Amino acid sequence: MLVQEFLERSVGRFPDKSALIAGSRRLTYQDIDEQANKLAHALREAGVTYGDRVVVVLDNSPETVVSVFGIIKADAVFSVVNPTIKEDKLTYILNNCRAAALITHETKWQTARIAAAKAEHIRAVFLVAKDAAANGHEAAERNDDPAAETSPGKRDRASKSRYRLVSWHEALRAQPASAPPRKAIDIDLAALIYTSGTTGNPKGVMMTHQNMVAASTSITTYLENTDRDIILSVLPLSFDYGLYQIIMSAQFGGTVVLEKAFLYPYAVINTLKKERITGFPLVPTISAILIQMKEIKNERFEHLRYITNTAAALPLSHIRGLRELFPTAAIFSMYGLTECKRVSYLPPEELDRRPTSVGKGMPNEHVYLVDANDRVITEADTVGELVVRGANVMKGYWELPEATDRMLRPGPYPWEKVLYTGDLFRMDEEGFLYFVSRKDDIIKSRGEKVSPKEIENVLYELDGVVEAAVVGVPDEVLGESIKAYVVLQQGSTLSPKDIIAHCAKHLEDFMIPQHIELRASLPKTSTGKITKKDL
Amino acid sequence: MEINEKIRGFILENSHGRLSAETLHDDDSFLEKGIIDSTGILELVSFLEEHFAITVNDDELIPDNFDSITKTGVYISKKKNG
Repeated sequence: MLVQEFLERSVGRFPDKSALIAGSRRLTYQDIDEQANKLAHALREAGVTYGDRVVVVLDNSPETVVSVFGIIKADAVFSVVNPTIKEDKLTYILNNCRAAALITHETKWQTARIAAAKAEHIRAVFLVAKDAAANGHEAAERNDDPAAETSPGKRDRASKSRYRLVSWHEALRAQPASAPPRKAIDIDLAALIYTSGTTGNPKGVMMTHQNMVAASTSITTYLENTDRDIILSVLPLSFDYGLYQIIMSAQFGGTVVLEKAFLYPYAVINTLKKERITGFPLVPTISAILIQMKEIKNERFEHLRYITNTAAALPLSHIRGLRELFPTAAIFSMYGLTECKRVSYLPPEELDRRPTSVGKGMPNEHVYLVDANDRVITEADTVGELVVRGANVMKGYWELPEATDRMLRPGPYPWEKVLYTGDLFRMDEEGFLYFVSRKDDIIKSRGEKVSPKEIENVLYELDGVVEAAVVGVPDEVLGESIKAYVVLQQGSTLSPKDIIAHCAKHLEDFMIPQHIELRASLPKTSTGKITKKDL
Repeated sequence: MEINEKIRGFILENSHGRLSAETLHDDDSFLEKGIIDSTGILELVSFLEEHFAITVNDDELIPDNFDSITKTGVYISKKKNG
């Protein structure tokens, strides 16, 4: 079973059902399937072949969803990256996975163009035009459409590139709507999901079709999804939590209402009512804002069947607040990591009894704790590292054998690898998991993993910065806010504002520090290592 | 319009160099262009409430009232005069 078969089977069952609602645009299962088929043909024609990687830099939009399915239908591997990605990181990713093609938007071309010029494996760039999104195919015929000046075959003369710059709409228009032939099998890679780590450079988590089908099946099982579910997603598609809303919905034949961001809380509340949303996945940053809204306390959301939370622990005050706002919705507190998509969920009926637990392993998976000597812990309330066994566990990090070997270690069977999560947990008498702490110093801000090292690297690139140390600080809304301690060179006139501006140029939005503290020096160990705990 | 200038100034200052006066147009959609994020919107509302002595109700925090400098300016004028 390949991931695109979820979509194809749903097309068979309900071709005319709304699969995706994005603003004023409504796409049926047939619409998405046909556009994905066309994109697959276009990608192949542009030289993308079996196993090639295709990177997508787009906001949440129908084109992003079509890209995900179109890329795998071309037997290739998709990687959706954060749309606020800056040039240096995009260049890194394009080269790291030797991407054969890039799909992006006119409004991101300034940045993407520089990265594409430095990525020698790129054979084609597909550019989605601004207004084409709202008008379907009309914009491709407009004379002032910047993407139209670069018709298929024309090279981007300005940068003397070796890739073809193609207008998305023109490219798709020329292709058949029927499915292309298939080469990929379920053990082939479907996606590379780049995630931040402690080393500073993002790592590509490798997920096969088999991995993703297994994860999606487990999750939709415990959420008890049916084709009557209508999901509201305000989560980025570059985040596996957001990506899987689309994949899972395709599997159970539901509808996804896709927002670009959680910007106007009241508009989201209106959507919950208007579209009769049954499922609402969120992260604590969202619940923090929702529970502060006074006027919605008298609203009723009878259709809302469930709310899910992951990426960071759901504070007790948020649980209380959500219960007040959505009394009829079941709340699922969950835990997971990109390296295996998801690990655990707490059955809603346990929430009152164990509000700080993230539950037990999901269906078709085993989880256990090991101590410092790698012995399986059988006693209750003993802290150990969480280990995961299951078909949802990644195949490794793209071309990083050492980092992979640190996370994936031999399991009970000789062919098997199990995932050492790097997170410390304890289990109660009945086997319910409680998060204790991370083993490394990754920051969780707005539900996203933030690598202090990545930010420190960027800080060190600024002339005048002599030393830098980045830490997370507990924050009611963000979960953790990002604080950078900086030591400047003698005579440097840099201000905290200058430092933040520099960060904004090189880091995605959620990684930009909220606080800068200038210091004369930073605490160190005898060997000269900065000791963050003494800051 | 003076109100729009104050709004524009606040947004530019808090974008930490990410946005520039030349690329930020009064009619640009905050949502479509990713000009501010969910925490930024709350900061903007705080600023407006303080600076213009108005109270923004939760149910008024919708795109029609806030999704561009122009729309925000119109909303503030209405609030102050209405």
